[in-house]
Amino acid sequence: MNSDGPQQVFRTRGLTRVFHMGEIEIHALRGVDLDLFAGEFTVLLGASGCGKSTLLNILGGLDVGSAGELQYRGHDMSHADERELTEFRRRHVGFVFQFYNLIPSLTARENVAIVTEIAEAPMAPEEALALVGLSERLDHFPSQLSGGEQQRVAIARAIAKRPAVLLCDEPTGALDSATGIRVLEALQRINRELGTSTVVVTHNAIIADMADRVVHMVDGRISDSRRIEYPVRPDELVW
Amino acid sequence: MRALNIKLWRNLWTLRAQGTAIALVIALGVATFVMSLASLDSLRLTQQQVYQSQYFADLFVDLKRAPESLAERLRDLPGVATVETRVRAPINLHLADFPEPVVGQIISIGDGRQPELNRLFLRAGAMPEAGRSDQILISDAFAEAHGLEPGDSLAVVINGRFQGLRISGIALSPEFIYHIRPGDLFPDFERYAILWMNRPALAAAFGMEGAFNNAVFTLAPGSGAQPVIAAIDQLLEPYGGMGAYDRDEQISHRYVDEELSQLEGMARFMPLVFLGVAAFLLNVVTARVIRTQREQIAVIKAFGYTSWQVATHYLTLILLVVLIGSVLGILLGMWLAEGMASLYQTFFRFPYLSFELRPVIALSAILIAGGAAILGCIGALRSAFRLHPAEAMRPEPPGRYRRTVIERLGIHGLSQPVRMILRNLERHPFKAMLSMLGIAFAVAIILMSGFQQGAVNHMLDVQFRLAQKQDITITFNEAVSSRAVHELTILPGVRYVEGFRVAPVVLRNGQHSYRTSIQGYIPDSRLHHVLDAQLQPMPLPDEGLMLTDHLALMLGVKPGEMLEVQFQDGKRRQRDVPVAALVTEFVGVGAYMNSDALSRLLGEGATISGAFMTVEQGAVAELHRRLEAMPGVAGVTQRESAINAFNELMDETILVFSLFTLFMAGSIAFAVVYNNARIALAERSRELATLRVLGFTRAETAFILLGELMLLTLLALPLGFVLGIGLIWLLLESLATDLYRIPLVINADAFALSAAVVLLATLISAWLISRHAARIDMVSALKADE
Repeated sequence: MNSDGPQQVFRTRGLTRVFHMGEIEIHALRGVDLDLFAGEFTVLLGASGCGKSTLLNILGGLDVGSAGELQYRGHDMSHADERELTEFRRRHVGFVFQFYNLIPSLTARENVAIVTEIAEAPMAPEEALALVGLSERLDHFPSQLSGGEQQRVAIARAIAKRPAVLLCDEPTGALDSATGIRVLEALQRINRELGTSTVVVTHNAIIADMADRVVHMVDGRISDSRRIEYPVRPDELVW
Repeated sequence: MRALNIKLWRNLWTLRAQGTAIALVIALGVATFVMSLASLDSLRLTQQQVYQSQYFADLFVDLKRAPESLAERLRDLPGVATVETRVRAPINLHLADFPEPVVGQIISIGDGRQPELNRLFLRAGAMPEAGRSDQILISDAFAEAHGLEPGDSLAVVINGRFQGLRISGIALSPEFIYHIRPGDLFPDFERYAILWMNRPALAAAFGMEGAFNNAVFTLAPGSGAQPVIAAIDQLLEPYGGMGAYDRDEQISHRYVDEELSQLEGMARFMPLVFLGVAAFLLNVVTARVIRTQREQIAVIKAFGYTSWQVATHYLTLILLVVLIGSVLGILLGMWLAEGMASLYQTFFRFPYLSFELRPVIALSAILIAGGAAILGCIGALRSAFRLHPAEAMRPEPPGRYRRTVIERLGIHGLSQPVRMILRNLERHPFKAMLSMLGIAFAVAIILMSGFQQGAVNHMLDVQFRLAQKQDITITFNEAVSSRAVHELTILPGVRYVEGFRVAPVVLRNGQHSYRTSIQGYIPDSRLHHVLDAQLQPMPLPDEGLMLTDHLALMLGVKPGEMLEVQFQDGKRRQRDVPVAALVTEFVGVGAYMNSDALSRLLGEGATISGAFMTVEQGAVAELHRRLEAMPGVAGVTQRESAINAFNELMDETILVFSLFTLFMAGSIAFAVVYNNARIALAERSRELATLRVLGFTRAETAFILLGELMLLTLLALPLGFVLGIGLIWLLLESLATDLYRIPLVINADAFALSAAVVLLATLISAWLISRHAARIDMVSALKADE
């Protein structure tokens, strides 16, 4: 590990993932070598079916690779069992999904509280919701919120436990562009203010312009990974 | 429709676990229905056939003694078809390897011949040979209880004299299908015997040569019983006639009839509960299948299938489950019915059993199950019917929730998982209520079965431990002077003796009449109490009758009103007697009096028909032998043996019924809880996956899923208790007869048992479901759109 440069968060070498669908084998990852660094806002780009979501799921401890190495902050995660993965997700990772996945029976505040109740040094749910600009909607149920608002609650829920990494799978996929940009602003603000390493998976190449690092995936492999010196602000994006 | 049919089979396969659970409940419902009705039919058919083939009499009469020549005059009475005069005597028996007292009765048969009426069915051996005075037939229940066979000998005390008799055969009689001693609660095959002997031999032994003390009749076709009874009574009055009665008052016939109508009540009631629960489960499951298949339905309809075809598609799915359940249920029911009928045969000594399953019963079982199922599914089907393709293609919006009543009342500090549980329940209050109701029914059914045992134990306690304190009861052939008490007191080992007087009577109030006996006890009896509802001894009034409330109800009298008493023995006086008080009793319809007042009414000096005795420890057996040898003693019984006999009977029979009910109720509880849990799992899989992603452990996730079930079960328990008490009350109302009325006494054991069984069923299904929940695939559950 380089003491001068940014700390390495994830490191994969030769990571593969094979799904067995009946008699067919699908090679979703065919040997991924990737390094991600602390505090970086990474956008992972690729066509659908290129394996980007699979990679994100493995990084976040939702899935495990079939072969290859995975390290998180220098710890080997390749052979973690179910209990260790749960513990990893609980302490270190925040997730944001395309379809928000809020608990419909809980209000915005309670959807955040359900995570802070089991976390170690969380921020208050109200604080997390303020960070995503939802202080006025604390006691609304998901059915009373717009899509963009629901996604911002999901972000507040993901970051309230102060995770080291925030993983987002097509966070703007179900939203119109104006709403999507508000969500991206919230993600960038969190990345800047809290220093949370963020990985956004998307097929929308425009979003790459706001990233510190852009990673391209093709057919289960990393085709390109580069740092961007001058990322743009989300409100400058247009799609 | 071929592709749709393939889909049907696949759906069925996906739903196999739940389908099995529902088919099981339907099967149990149908099985109880078939079992109850088929065994009822079989027993009724058997009863009819046995009565016919064995020439069961229509009328019966006991008298003191009449010359045989009177038989001709009885035969000539209008309405009488056949008369058979008989000698009947009380007996005591001695068995070499059975130290306890055995009593019974011996009845005459023609010399070496079958009687004309109440013909005997020989199970083994042969009729006594003509002219033999040492051969007898014995009842098969008694033979079985002691392992007696033709060729064995028996020591029998008739009229105070020992006789060594040889068993020529084992017999069953239509007169004693219910083999019970008059006045007993339950049959005791070990301690009560019925014997048959050639008439000349019995007449000689009992001093009835050329005379009879019992007669049985059949009625001429088209004749009513009442005028014939009146004519018989008039003719026999000078000979100590005790009043003729018809089959309705014949003990065996009455018990069998009562038992069969109780069975009929159960046959109507239990299957309804089971089929109701099955319909409810079907409803919940189809509603869910249809909800999760919204898109598929939309696509099918978009392709041009009609709403009707879609509805038929699901209806077929439901009816398949019903059909599988019904066929299983009918087979199970037939098997159980045979078992049930033969279980009844241990009580009812039918010579043979005619098993019958009418096709209409099987058919109506299927129709009822199918009807209940369709009724249960109508709501879900209607929604499938109405679904517009475009509407179905859109994902369902997030469910609308709100704060629960508990939270709005200002209770804070609930954890989020607890909030989720409460809000989910409150969001679908109707669904939650139905689930609770299903579980509550399981609780109620177990409570009902547990209750029976407790209530019968309570009756036993009241009858044998609180009301009666004597060690030995002795009865005389006829009433004797109360001086006999002193003679009994001086016997070795006797501590205390109390005489009692029993007088057979007919009680009349206008149109209402009832044949029973008045029991006269000494005013401050130490050994025998009449107990009130609080189980406190009721003091006997100085004058007038104390009636069991059920008897007062039947006769339509209240305390203070007069009742006409027609004595059936002694001087056969008729008197008007005031009803002084009422008492609540569980067994029989007793009428009680102060014994002095009773003697005055009878116009006799102080007389007794028997005595209660307490005896020193260790002296019972010896005393028993001495008492038996006394002439004029009809029977000697020990209280302890009555209790033992009863307990044995309970162990054998009630246990079987209880286990059966327990199994059925447990299955209901399991089916309801398991189906609820499976549905909750399917509906919440996305939510649960989210929680797992957020870092909740499997146990924490399972809590949210299963907490709801546990809460429902816990809420259902008190509801089930209330429901159970209600059902028991209904049941008891329909079972109350003048033979006995089961008290509504439910002990804590029954409550605990029903709660435990249902909780266990819940835990088992929770365990099964948590195994499914652990297998939730987080990635695919999150990927899928709603």
